[in-house]
Amino acid sequence: MSHSPVATYFLNIKNSLVSSMEGMAVTMSWLFRKPYTVQYPYAPVEPNKRLGGPETLPERYRGFLEVDIDICTACLACERACPIECIRIDVEKRVQAHDPEQKEQRMLVRFDIDMAKCMFCGLCSEPCPTGAIRHTGHFEAPVTSTEHLYMRFVDPAKPRLPYKVKKGEEPVTKPKGQIAQALYVDRKWNQGPIDFPEIPKAPVEPPPA
Amino acid sequence: MQALIQLMRDVFPSIPAAIEPYLATAVLLIAAFVLVVFAAIYAGVFIFFERRIAGRIMSRVGPNRVGPHGLLQFIADAVKLMIKEDIIPEAADRPLFRLAPYLVFMGVVAGFVVIPVSPHIIAADLNIGLLYVLAITSIAVVGVLMSGWASNSKWALFGGMRSAAQIVSYEIPNGLALLPAVLLSGTMSTQGIILAQGGAPNAPFYLAGGVPWNWYLFHSPMTMALFVVYMLAALAEGARIPFDLPEGESELVSGYNTEYSGFRFGAYFTAEFAHTWIAAGLAVIVFLGGWQVPFVQASTILNSQGWSMVGFEILAMTMFMAKMVAVIFIIIQLRWTLPRVRVDQMMVICWKYLLPITFVAVFLVLGWMLVLPWESPVAIAIRILMVVSALAVLGHYIKRVHYAILAAHDQAWMSFKVLPKFWI
Repeated sequence: MSHSPVATYFLNIKNSLVSSMEGMAVTMSWLFRKPYTVQYPYAPVEPNKRLGGPETLPERYRGFLEVDIDICTACLACERACPIECIRIDVEKRVQAHDPEQKEQRMLVRFDIDMAKCMFCGLCSEPCPTGAIRHTGHFEAPVTSTEHLYMRFVDPAKPRLPYKVKKGEEPVTKPKGQIAQALYVDRKWNQGPIDFPEIPKAPVEPPPA
Repeated sequence: MQALIQLMRDVFPSIPAAIEPYLATAVLLIAAFVLVVFAAIYAGVFIFFERRIAGRIMSRVGPNRVGPHGLLQFIADAVKLMIKEDIIPEAADRPLFRLAPYLVFMGVVAGFVVIPVSPHIIAADLNIGLLYVLAITSIAVVGVLMSGWASNSKWALFGGMRSAAQIVSYEIPNGLALLPAVLLSGTMSTQGIILAQGGAPNAPFYLAGGVPWNWYLFHSPMTMALFVVYMLAALAEGARIPFDLPEGESELVSGYNTEYSGFRFGAYFTAEFAHTWIAAGLAVIVFLGGWQVPFVQASTILNSQGWSMVGFEILAMTMFMAKMVAVIFIIIQLRWTLPRVRVDQMMVICWKYLLPITFVAVFLVLGWMLVLPWESPVAIAIRILMVVSALAVLGHYIKRVHYAILAAHDQAWMSFKVLPKFWI
């Protein structure tokens, strides 16, 4: 439909005013709604829960590492397997205080995993004889500093005896993901700096001649 | 200067005559300093509100990290700009390049001088106030053109030329749209125009003070049209969307200030946002009755003494600020509603639409003034009718907003209700 030039002139004025007002009504209506943006990590978003929880992820999904230290044999297989050396295990021979025989035993002094370094390749969990170290379905851990991702599975003040595999007996482990849930998820994301206790450094190997 | 010295003699008779000129100079410098600081802080707060409103319009939250609700974000931005490296391009014309931002900033801040916030809070009530503010803000175009030329960059030059073309074109409808106020009030002083919108000195209470039917906006259909024309022209003068061609970041990187960084860029930025104070201020003064308080005679406010004067000042300032916030909100909302016009469309809007409308409207206002004097019952009835029709438009607008909310809630992807309540 074509209008005369004069009619077009006034139609243009009318259309510009009406359409501007319509546009302003639309933009104004957005001021009365909640923003879609979520202020992560201030707002509880819990993407894992939204997906249905860690159990709904595939069995071999490689999320955060967890170590069930009760069934760790301190065989150091995972430490050797790690290509980027983010796992650090110290084993020392110590005498137990309550041991009547005063025999020296292997003690697990340190089991640290730097999850900030970990590349989730899964090479550590494959050689583990008891399944103590394993990937979980957890992947969400906002922190203010990477040192909060330095995970310590053995208290250095309390060295512990490694697990001994007995024949015909399966190691009893906690449900997969339970330890990771407490370590990574159920903690405050904006916690203060970590106070790492002093640990005697392992002797540095002399460089090959 | 002479008037200021006379005022000082009246208020403090004991001041020795020898130091009077120095004292007056100091007072003027302090006033100028206060204006510059006010312009800078206003620009910062404006930027905060603009970003927050833009965020909500885009369903974002907007800046909310620095200070309560992000209110101090502009201080962080200003500090960042000041400590940034100050780069002058190798091929730039150094003296012009350095001078340009201060010309722009000066042109805008000088306009603040005649914007009255309340009956007594005004830097200088010039008797050529309107003419002065139109003239002084046009100095900014010299600075803009200068920066475009001195940058020795194609983008900057394009931006500067566009800005010059735009501001020079829109000066005409901008000035003409303000003309009816000068005709109706018989003065160019901003305070005089506001006082003229307060009804006759012996008017009954329903015609006294800043009631809407005393505003020049509702004088006649022509002044309402001129208000729209003025707002469009003011947006174009301030280079704001839909007329932000001088910057046009998708076409010209950043326009005339492409080559600027650090403090000089901050000066441009501040000037651009501070200009909205002048644009909105003129709209409020000329069309919306300024600081006039409804149902209170202006003479009552001006003649009050002591605490009642303080109370009236605060009341008048509140009225002015409320109108300013409303107009500034419209300016911000338009920016996030409309797209940018093309260069040819910008020129068409100015020369084919705004200019004829202003000419016709100004002449019709002249005839209207001859036929219907301000105080005649018919004129008052028409003014009240205008207010009612404006309210009808507002009601229709609110209905459309309500409709837009309902229409959006039908869409499945917009199910906001499941989100947890948060506001940080």
